[in-house]
Amino acid sequence: MISREEYFSKRDPIAFPLWQKATIGIAGAGGLGSNIALSLARAGTGTLIIADYDIVTLENLNRQQYTLAQIGKLKVEALAENIRSFNPFITLVLHPVKITSANFNAIFGNADLLIEALDEAEQKEMLISCWASNYPNKHLIAASGLAGFGKNASIHTEHYGFLHIVGDMKSELKPEISPVATRVAVVANMQANLALELIAKGI
Amino acid sequence: MAEESVFFVNGNKLSWKEGLVVADALKMMNYTFKMLVIKMNGELVKRENWQTTPIPENADIKVLHLISGG
Repeated sequence: MISREEYFSKRDPIAFPLWQKATIGIAGAGGLGSNIALSLARAGTGTLIIADYDIVTLENLNRQQYTLAQIGKLKVEALAENIRSFNPFITLVLHPVKITSANFNAIFGNADLLIEALDEAEQKEMLISCWASNYPNKHLIAASGLAGFGKNASIHTEHYGFLHIVGDMKSELKPEISPVATRVAVVANMQANLALELIAKGI
Repeated sequence: MAEESVFFVNGNKLSWKEGLVVADALKMMNYTFKMLVIKMNGELVKRENWQTTPIPENADIKVLHLISGG
């Protein structure tokens, strides 16, 4: 058995204890959410709350962190399985439900910070509105504009008080064309990276 | 001569007059995005209040365009 001390060696003495105490909400476990969750789990986040009603399909494997053997499983459960395969010292709170304005508080009320990792613009707007009206003094990190590939320099973060948006703010998906693994992972990891920075600052 | 009254949308200076509501700012900017979030002076303005929330003079409005993909 690996001890907690062995597992969490060579960590930042100031930031890491804060990450260990943090509870981060992730709304969605697709291309953004699966990448965000893996990175935050590796970095040593104490608790992740992950919500997604969907199951893993073959078409997801072009960008989402699942395997062929996980097709048909609930994404939140497949993701938890993948996280636990490398980090046994994390608390995972899983909600295999569609996020709505009605269940939003019950799912994410305990989160110190929320990351928006949903697919549809309508859902993104609902989540941002719910969070900003319920928790105006807690950070929300959303994503907008990640279609296509390349164009590294166009991806950036815009800050509006407690609301932060990562993406190029303009790339629309073409019908029947998925986001590409590289660009969606860049945006996802910029969201996760900002979350760690905000938590290390004491939020 | 009195200075012109103004307000700002995403950094653009617009002419202000009494009676403007948040929805007018979208029209003045010709914004046609379907999904967006509006913050005025740092506060979120909910969609259901766009037609009724007045724009104060010198208001700083941010309109964020939300694009599908995740």
